Amino acid sequence: MLNCLWIVIALPLAGFALLALAGSRMPGRLCALVGAGTVGISAALALAMGVSFAVSPPEGRQFTQTLWSWMSVPPFSPEVSLRLDPLSLVSVCVILVVAFLIMLYSSEFMSGDEGYSRFFSYMDLFVAAMLVLVLANDLVFLYLGWEGVGLCSFLLIGFWYKVPKNVVAARKAFLVTRVGDAALLAGIFLVVNKLGTLSIPEVLSRAAVSWPANSGAANAAAALFAVGAAAKSAQIPLHVWLPDAMAGPSPVSALIHAATMVTAGVYLVARLHPLFTLSPQVLFGVAIVGAVTLLAAGLAALAQRDIKRILAYSTMSQIGYMFLALGVGAFSAAEFHFVVHAFFKSLLFLGAGAVIRGLNQEHDIFKMGGLRRAMPGTFWTFAIGVCSLCALPLVTAGFYSKDLILSSALAAHQGGIWLWLAGVIGAFITTLYAFRMLFAVFFGEVRTQVSKGSGRNMTLALVVLSLFSVIAGFCQMPSGLGGVSLFADFLAPTLPQVREGVGRLQGSLSLVAAIVPLVGIMVAWTMYLHRPRFLQGYARLPALAAVHGFAKQGFGFDALYDYCFVKPVVYLSRVNRRDVSIAYVGAISRVAEALHYLLSMTQTGRVRWYAAGVGIGAVVLIGIGVLL
Amino acid sequence: MATVPLSHALLLSAALFAIGLAGVITRRNMILVLLSAEIMLNAAGLAFVAAGSRWLAPDGQIMFLFILTTAAVEVSIGLALVLRQNHLAKSLDIDAAGSMKG
Repeated sequence: MLNCLWIVIALPLAGFALLALAGSRMPGRLCALVGAGTVGISAALALAMGVSFAVSPPEGRQFTQTLWSWMSVPPFSPEVSLRLDPLSLVSVCVILVVAFLIMLYSSEFMSGDEGYSRFFSYMDLFVAAMLVLVLANDLVFLYLGWEGVGLCSFLLIGFWYKVPKNVVAARKAFLVTRVGDAALLAGIFLVVNKLGTLSIPEVLSRAAVSWPANSGAANAAAALFAVGAAAKSAQIPLHVWLPDAMAGPSPVSALIHAATMVTAGVYLVARLHPLFTLSPQVLFGVAIVGAVTLLAAGLAALAQRDIKRILAYSTMSQIGYMFLALGVGAFSAAEFHFVVHAFFKSLLFLGAGAVIRGLNQEHDIFKMGGLRRAMPGTFWTFAIGVCSLCALPLVTAGFYSKDLILSSALAAHQGGIWLWLAGVIGAFITTLYAFRMLFAVFFGEVRTQVSKGSGRNMTLALVVLSLFSVIAGFCQMPSGLGGVSLFADFLAPTLPQVREGVGRLQGSLSLVAAIVPLVGIMVAWTMYLHRPRFLQGYARLPALAAVHGFAKQGFGFDALYDYCFVKPVVYLSRVNRRDVSIAYVGAISRVAEALHYLLSMTQTGRVRWYAAGVGIGAVVLIGIGVLL
Repeated sequence: MATVPLSHALLLSAALFAIGLAGVITRRNMILVLLSAEIMLNAAGLAFVAAGSRWLAPDGQIMFLFILTTAAVEVSIGLALVLRQNHLAKSLDIDAAGSMKG
């Protein structure tokens, strides 16, 4: 059964090849069938493999399949090798299930688009690349997947390439993530240079042996990988690409920029966690980055009007939670939140897509309103997604994953209480912006009439995802509430067990964290629905308006980078308009021309001069002959 | 009978050659340039004959016959060129041939 592992990747890849070569000549339904079908079969296969893995685990609870050796220039000998262990198994299943549901949704959402087959071919390629990234047992193979998803992200952000804004957004995403990719590549070089291997398990075991904790090499490698992870996962300060990436179609945002690709950084850190535990400083830095991002992105989300930008900032903020969990060493908590987040955030993006489509491409939440009655299916599923995002206690999956993160933050060696506090404040902000969005879109008076309802496929995807957003949490419950830990136990062979704080303080703080979303909902209800005038009065104050504008611009990172990087480059290229290198190349041709002119001056056309030249030449030659 | 030393003959030959070369370089009249070229050819011939008699070899005189033939060919072609040039430029000035410079 497990030997079929390569087929899981090969199927979407074959779907991509078929659609890319023949898609434009295939009818739309067939394109959707090929695109979603290949992913669906892969998903079924992955789930079957998951069952077989759980029922009869292979030796050492891991399975490695080496397909072939890529090249061999020792010590640089990358292999095309796949590794199935609990961590990659969970990721593969989540990716494929979510991807299949999103493709199902897209088959209706994208209908009528002129790039219908192109869309499905890119999506298939993306799924294949993401699976390569997750299943790779070799750093270079992992890098292939890493770049592959980056490429697909670029292609799909700029999917509607006739609008210049979309193309600019795609380019920005590509360039900003490239910064992180360069760091990741440097990290791989460092590892292969110092440890002499690329196979991930080998790297981790050799690092543990030959690098003492806190040594320079361990710190450098961990820091480089962390920068790569932060850029891919849109963490401050390399997050600027994600809000603009919303230029792509909504299913793309759901799959790539919420559920899977942006969490690749989290997966990378979890996959390489023994390397990171060798470097507590970098790990602490990861936690700080996560905490700062979750707060800043939450505040920025609070100021947005575009529904997809709210969700984009929300994604950054939720990945901030995952980074926080990674930073305090709760790797399986991060992975758990990745799973839950993949469900509820893709649900929210798909719901937002249904709303945007229904209202004829309207993105502004304050031009929507009262959609509760017009789109009941979307409303209920979206509300479930929002509740899961806000970690509504007991009933939602988001609660269990966030609770695990917060309690493990509390148990951290360093600055635990501050990280916990950041997480709780972040949860409050999350509730505010999420319910602000929910109230603005679905409650209040109707501002725009619905022109297009959602059909069967879209609703089905939304319902299944909302189901997962609720039940996915029940496999991991805190010790106070039944103490189920199926998820962490399953991951235990790969990831260390989460260290939860214990004691009375822990219990009461957990209670605080559970109550915060409820308070947040009440505040949001008061501010945005019950008494909107109250807020409008404050919004007129110049100082608050300035803060609001600042948050809306994403805290000026774009302007800062524009000033620090874009402007100098533009200035330099303007200075260097007559390329220095071209001047150098031109000099060669000018010297040749001058020499040619000098020689042509001897061609006077006067026979007597030639005779004199022949005579002088003969004298010189004879002179040389005689003297030498 | 006292023989003329080789060095004298070679000196005479060199002097003739130099006179011929000077004529080729300084004369502007084409016919005189041809004449000077003849002098240079004969200077070379003289050197051959002198060298041949010095080593008692016939090669020098055979070489002179070659030179004589060459000179005849040169004069026939040269005079044909002079005629064409005179027809084209209406003058015998050799510098007028500079107009043919490409």
